[in-house]
Amino acid sequence: MSLTVDSVSKKFGRFPALNGASFVAPQGGFVSLLGPSGSGKTTLLRILGGLEFADGGSVRFADLNWLDMPARTRNAGFVFQQYALFKHMTVADNIAFGLRVRPRHKRPSKGDIQNRVKQLLDLVQLPGLDARYPSQLSGGQRQRVALARALAIEPRMLLLDEPFGALDAKVRKELRADLRRIHDHAGVTTIFVTHDQEEAFAVADLVAVMKDGRIEQYGTPAEVRRNPRTAFVSEFLSA
Amino acid sequence: MSALFKNGRSGLRQRSFRKPTEDPIWLKALLGTLAIGFIAVLLLLPLALVFKEALAHGLSPFWAAMIEPDSLAAVRLSLTAAAIAVPLNTVFGIAAAWSIAKFDFRGKTFLVTLIDLPFSVSPVVSGLIYVLVFGMQGWLGPSLADHNIHILFALPGIVLATIFVTFPFVARELIPLMTDQGRDEEEAAATLGATGFQTFLRVTLPNIKWGLLYGVLLCNARALGEFGAVSVVSGHIRGVTNTMPLHVELLYNNYDYVGAFAVAALLAMLALVTLVLKTLLEWRYADELAASHRH
Repeated sequence: MSLTVDSVSKKFGRFPALNGASFVAPQGGFVSLLGPSGSGKTTLLRILGGLEFADGGSVRFADLNWLDMPARTRNAGFVFQQYALFKHMTVADNIAFGLRVRPRHKRPSKGDIQNRVKQLLDLVQLPGLDARYPSQLSGGQRQRVALARALAIEPRMLLLDEPFGALDAKVRKELRADLRRIHDHAGVTTIFVTHDQEEAFAVADLVAVMKDGRIEQYGTPAEVRRNPRTAFVSEFLSA
Repeated sequence: MSALFKNGRSGLRQRSFRKPTEDPIWLKALLGTLAIGFIAVLLLLPLALVFKEALAHGLSPFWAAMIEPDSLAAVRLSLTAAAIAVPLNTVFGIAAAWSIAKFDFRGKTFLVTLIDLPFSVSPVVSGLIYVLVFGMQGWLGPSLADHNIHILFALPGIVLATIFVTFPFVARELIPLMTDQGRDEEEAAATLGATGFQTFLRVTLPNIKWGLLYGVLLCNARALGEFGAVSVVSGHIRGVTNTMPLHVELLYNNYDYVGAFAVAALLAMLALVTLVLKTLLEWRYADELAASHRH
């Protein structure tokens, strides 16, 4: 059940956002896509989530031809930088959304949904906040709810797009540790986009350093730090 | 020394009373009087006059004018036309705003311009367009007449003209709102497994409901009040194709002032009901409204 990304390319008009990006993430791995803005990391993540469509290349996940599937059937939990919570729903309804929109024969019972929401709120350490609205939460709390919502659908893959980008340093560190703990607990393959190398190295098993729509170097944090393969990587890491 | 100190303090206090953005009292008074005077002379006075004229000879002539069969027919026709035009324009408006705000495609600016067209074209001209298309001398008129289909000088023509004139209200209200909200929540819904229709029903619609309601109320008010376009296509057949605004004109031109103002008063009251409805809803859902604006 590994994820194989093979020479994925994407153009926005005439601007090439992705130029043949390839990497393999092992089942249950935690991969960080690291790079400056405009390096194509978010585009690659959105292609994996089905929110953007690749012009070329292929992605296989287990035995699935991933790019031929619509976002809705990929069952990949996505966490956005700006939370993208449903403003008009309570925290509980936000988390339950993915379960409630399932076709009737796959939908859990009301009681099961309630229990699941409660478990997830405990997991992201927000017990008792189920009746609040997103506007009544802090940024860090909102992102925790977004994470719980993405986990509620028992995702095959967890995709996070600069999830802590809008938060202050202290909250970032807390959430980062919690994310790692939740990942280890759920064992779900996780792809994490960030431009902060310290964050990438602290949280991920594997780091893909991106530049101009390509992956410059891919390896464990220790490898990448010890042997930067190109001048760009060593420069980016020392910055 | 102590007196000086006291003076200094009170001076300070006086200054701190005024906020940096606050204007001097005479300016506030002047602007306030101007605004209230404007509203009184241009909005309230005419409205009051409508009711005064309608009741000039007491309640019974007013009531008689209201329940006169031709007036009732005009009320019925106006309400029917609005009842068809408003729901259709609600659907068209949501569809147009949805596609413009949530998708990128070639010709988007052109589509927005098209939606605005009814605002920039004189209603009389838009009525004439229908005469050119469906009239006996028009493109489709003769063949429609052969099949015994009547569009002009009948309900279909009035509805078409009303739809054309009121088309932008819902779409115009929703486009900036939906553009501002972006696609984030819809994208989140898609990754959580929702179908397009589920996303629309559970995410998009609740987010736009207040703007939608406002657009529908405006659209309804205009549909009931439309004069120019409907005047061209209606044919002014008393008791058959006369809508309320047309009936007001007809009565007025026949020197039936009580009748004219009675129907006008009814029209004004329908508008007031719309306004009260809107205010009530805003008041009832104030919390939810505020919550959806924050975030």
